[in-house]
Amino acid sequence: MTADTSAAAPRQKMRVDDPNAALRAHPAKMALGLGGMVVVIWFLANLFLAFGYYPEKFGSKFVIAVLAIIGGVGGAALIFYFLNMFVEALPRRLSEGVIPYAFLLPGLLLVGLMLIYPTFQTINYSFANSDSTAYVGLQNYKTIFSDPEFWQSVVNNILWLLIVPAVVVAFGVIVAVLSDKLSAGGEKVAKSMIFLPMAISAVGASAIWLLIYAYNNPGQPQTGLLNAIWVGLGGEPQTWLAIDTLKLNSILLMVILIWLQAGFAMVLLSSAIKGVPEDTVEAARIDGATELQIFWKVIIPQIKGTIITVFVTVFITVLKIFDIVYVTTNGAYGTNVIANLFFNKLFAASEAGQATAIVVVLLIAVTPLIWYQIKHFRDEEAGR
Amino acid sequence: MSRKLMKDGRPRSPFSMVTMTILAILWTIPTLGLLVTSFRTRDDAATSGWWTALFHPFSSEWTTANYSGAWTGADLSSGFINSIVVAIPATVIPIMFAAFAAYAFTFMDFPFKEFFFLLIIAVMVVPIQVAFQPMLNILGPRGLGISGQYIAVWLLHTGFGMPLCIYTLRNYMSTLPRSVVESAKIDGCSHFQTFWRLVAPMSIPAIAAFATLQFLWVWNDLLIAKLFLKSENTTVIVKLQQLLGTQGQGQELLTAGAFITIIVPMIVFVTLQRFMIRGMTSGAVKG
Repeated sequence: MTADTSAAAPRQKMRVDDPNAALRAHPAKMALGLGGMVVVIWFLANLFLAFGYYPEKFGSKFVIAVLAIIGGVGGAALIFYFLNMFVEALPRRLSEGVIPYAFLLPGLLLVGLMLIYPTFQTINYSFANSDSTAYVGLQNYKTIFSDPEFWQSVVNNILWLLIVPAVVVAFGVIVAVLSDKLSAGGEKVAKSMIFLPMAISAVGASAIWLLIYAYNNPGQPQTGLLNAIWVGLGGEPQTWLAIDTLKLNSILLMVILIWLQAGFAMVLLSSAIKGVPEDTVEAARIDGATELQIFWKVIIPQIKGTIITVFVTVFITVLKIFDIVYVTTNGAYGTNVIANLFFNKLFAASEAGQATAIVVVLLIAVTPLIWYQIKHFRDEEAGR
Repeated sequence: MSRKLMKDGRPRSPFSMVTMTILAILWTIPTLGLLVTSFRTRDDAATSGWWTALFHPFSSEWTTANYSGAWTGADLSSGFINSIVVAIPATVIPIMFAAFAAYAFTFMDFPFKEFFFLLIIAVMVVPIQVAFQPMLNILGPRGLGISGQYIAVWLLHTGFGMPLCIYTLRNYMSTLPRSVVESAKIDGCSHFQTFWRLVAPMSIPAIAAFATLQFLWVWNDLLIAKLFLKSENTTVIVKLQQLLGTQGQGQELLTAGAFITIIVPMIVFVTLQRFMIRGMTSGAVKG
């Protein structure tokens, strides 16, 4: 950080100029900046509310979309332009202090409105009734904690968290290492094929995998790949997603997420492996280490940071896993998870109180991760 | 095969070649199955596996009726248009706001800077589910009354995408030479000018990376679209989810429908993959 130089630059300039200029405000510029901001915000608010209230007035959806892009981007630029004008018209010393906050304000305001305020409001609602009109104390928590479905969802979520991030990371490491040994062309093709599912939505992926898990009555030809293989090996066709012995159905749903996420892990880990200095590997090889020893003792320790990053990212994704369960089983056959339970309480059952109580449980579960991310960031900054 | 790896003295690894081939095929089979099935007739798809059609391409019936059926009959066309209308502004708008904030975090020093940035990192982890009930109240009939319209969803995606966008852009901007900004300042450029003429153009790779991620995220989103869009404004992903719920009739449209939803993100992904990988490996990771 070069805090000193950046603070010194304006001071130097001040000394050269008329010394009073730095202290003087420019009322006309201030008024123009403030006025401009007000007009732009007023206009944008009206435009965007008009999109909401009178969509038919704009003719077509595309007109609305184009206007939204122009309004959103142009409007944001204009807001910042006038904001900057206003702040610069302030006495110099005040202006230097204010301008960072002016740049931050719109972004932080949105984060505050969409994420920080709702967090507290959700905690608040979790103590209120189903339409958030009266407080009911701890009733919602009592209800959800006495619901066996809730505990089953917790168990399933834990199972997801234990299996998916670990498998994704392990798979990512293996693919990254193996593809590193291929020719450049081969590596590119193989990696693209594994990376591609990342573009597919969880709903689309579920449609793809439901095809694989499809069931036809015994005696009929099996159109699902899994049953076709199973029957080919001499088994009876199974309704796979209904089998909760050993949580088989949950595991089959996890496969979908692993399939989606593997490419992401591979890309990050692959770039980490390429960053491992060749001479460390070479030195180990000269010392007579086997490939396996090189992998465990030389490569893994050097990509540990990336492994943890990938693990944590997938972990956070899994914690909030919803779409796959919702569209395949909607929690039936003992496959429910927290986020799906939340959605059904909120959307299907209209139980806002219980739904928000479930989110609070989720929120408590992510708190250690928040702490971890902050610590990780601080370590990284210290190393910069 | 090129022998690039031979240069550094490493032999070809047959084990890697075999394993990677198997894995790459394994990873492609599910999508291939969908693609093949989507071109088969209803009867064919119900009586034999898609691989039989692949092994006997000339004796099986092929059709594009599923696509026309899904596009018009299941009304995926309007969902498709809605998805475009939702996704483009929801990708572009957050970048503007986030870029200014990232600039402040990178090139300015001010009290509570670290506090604000740690706040951004913290909310990246917070599950967006916390926002739903409060935002349903604010945007719904009890509040602004814009729930169900595109604007509600743009607003939500802008807010939810903001922390990651600020984080990504800030990480990238901190790799830019600080001296460039310093000298612009000495030349009398305001921060606004410095941002607009210097920092924003130099940050294009990171902006492209985030835009790709955000576009995929918005296009593929089910939760927000389902909760905050009324049925005539709903996206193609919600339409597909509704198709998945139907049994029997219309089953053959499902595979074509699924492929229709996949095609746009796939194209975006393939064309912008390079940027995205660069952005991801420089720390742009969705929390």
